[in-house]
Amino acid sequence: MAKVLVVTSGKGGVGKTTSTAAIGAALAQNGKRVAVVDFDVGLRNLDLVMGAERRVVFDLINVAQGIAKLPQALIRDKRLENLWLLPASQTRDKDALTDEGVGRVIAEMRSSFDYIVCDSPAGIERGAMLAMRFADEAVIVTNPEVSSVRDSDRIIGMLDSRTVKAEKGEQVGKHILITRYDAARAARGEMLGIEDVLEILAVPLLGIIPESQDVLRASNVGSPVTLNNPASAPARAYADATKRLLGETIAMTVPSERKGLMNLLRRRAA
Amino acid sequence: MDTQSEPVRPALRLRGRSYVAFVFAPVVPIVDWLSDIDETLSRSPGFFVGKPVVLDLSAVDLSRPAISHLLLSLEKRNIRVLAIEGVDATALASNMPPLISGGRSCPVQQPAEDKKESRTLPPTSLLLDSPVRSGQSIIFPEGDVTVVGSVASGAEIVAGGSIHIYGTLRGRAMAGINGNSAARIYCQKIEAELLAIDGFYRTAEEFDATLRNRHVQAWLEGETLRITPLN
Repeated sequence: MAKVLVVTSGKGGVGKTTSTAAIGAALAQNGKRVAVVDFDVGLRNLDLVMGAERRVVFDLINVAQGIAKLPQALIRDKRLENLWLLPASQTRDKDALTDEGVGRVIAEMRSSFDYIVCDSPAGIERGAMLAMRFADEAVIVTNPEVSSVRDSDRIIGMLDSRTVKAEKGEQVGKHILITRYDAARAARGEMLGIEDVLEILAVPLLGIIPESQDVLRASNVGSPVTLNNPASAPARAYADATKRLLGETIAMTVPSERKGLMNLLRRRAA
Repeated sequence: MDTQSEPVRPALRLRGRSYVAFVFAPVVPIVDWLSDIDETLSRSPGFFVGKPVVLDLSAVDLSRPAISHLLLSLEKRNIRVLAIEGVDATALASNMPPLISGGRSCPVQQPAEDKKESRTLPPTSLLLDSPVRSGQSIIFPEGDVTVVGSVASGAEIVAGGSIHIYGTLRGRAMAGINGNSAARIYCQKIEAELLAIDGFYRTAEEFDATLRNRHVQAWLEGETLRITPLN
């Protein structure tokens, strides 16, 4: 039975799609059967970041409406044989998604995958709500700055009230992933520090992904950052974060571009 | 001589009507049965007043004086018996309600169930033991609200009584909303956007800078909202 993981944030442009691709690929590299699903109907990006934009025939809306079968829509990754992509539609918009339709697709996928990673759109409307609706766990992507933190807090409130799990009285497992972290700017007080973010959000920290030019390089060539340059700082950080998702205990560090400089922070549970 | 014949007066036209009556069927021991009635009456006093009651004596074997005594006991409880069934005609005296037969059973309204809610006190305080997230609105006009955790920016707590926050208040707190000007707001750290007590409010702009990072209480002095440190 698969675990459904939603990568959400509230705020736009913080790194949800990048993180979905990176974590999806890292999970596949760890031997899991993974499907990454794009819920950003009308503004799809996951297919670009995965390098599959020229192979899209059917999408999530087609499958949800019964026009296409799931195997027809799933696109297998060329680099990792146990990684699949279910793209979003570019011609429709979020109103075409329905609770029952999405529910059926997720239910059908549960039997064939170990992890279903849902890339949520920004905002708190239907696309974001449906991406989180069937989630077992959530990765809340947050930039260490005030707007992103407040929006993440809103999304956490929704994870605790608008998901199927919350309605049943259970809890969706929540993790914070801090992205675009710049240690120098945090030291100068231009960015919120890690402790500040965690104090406000009161959710356990999954990982800290440093700001890096490798992210754009990877997306330009259509590859998850963990596959394109595994030795880069963000790739190492995503790999660590994924291992923590799988249950391993790894000391929380901020991988740095410069060799020899490490900030050692103890893993903090809220 | 008047030979006109008197007009024949028509015979009395009788009409039939059926009524629903409550059937009281006493069982042995009668004393216990009477105390059951008392129990029902204590929960719904006057339930049987004005309602027709038929006494069904088929389950008991009562002598004429015993029936008389039973009728008196019921009258003491304001239950007036319309008719009696289930006995021989010889058992009834002429001053007792008449014998009746041929009734059909039908559903009747039951005396109201014991309203347990009226026995328990309504809650006057709300406890939240997880943080209040941005966009959430907690409204509790009945009394105090206590939050064990922080209140996020963009969240609001609205209480009829006082508000106690064991954490950082970053959102809005509005206490004493039903005119309770004695209500107070307490928090471990103040970063609030707005504080209000009984309609008198202050926004973050007007908070003193010396209050930052301190335990704080806010209360109403006349028409001024005072905010002072607690330690």
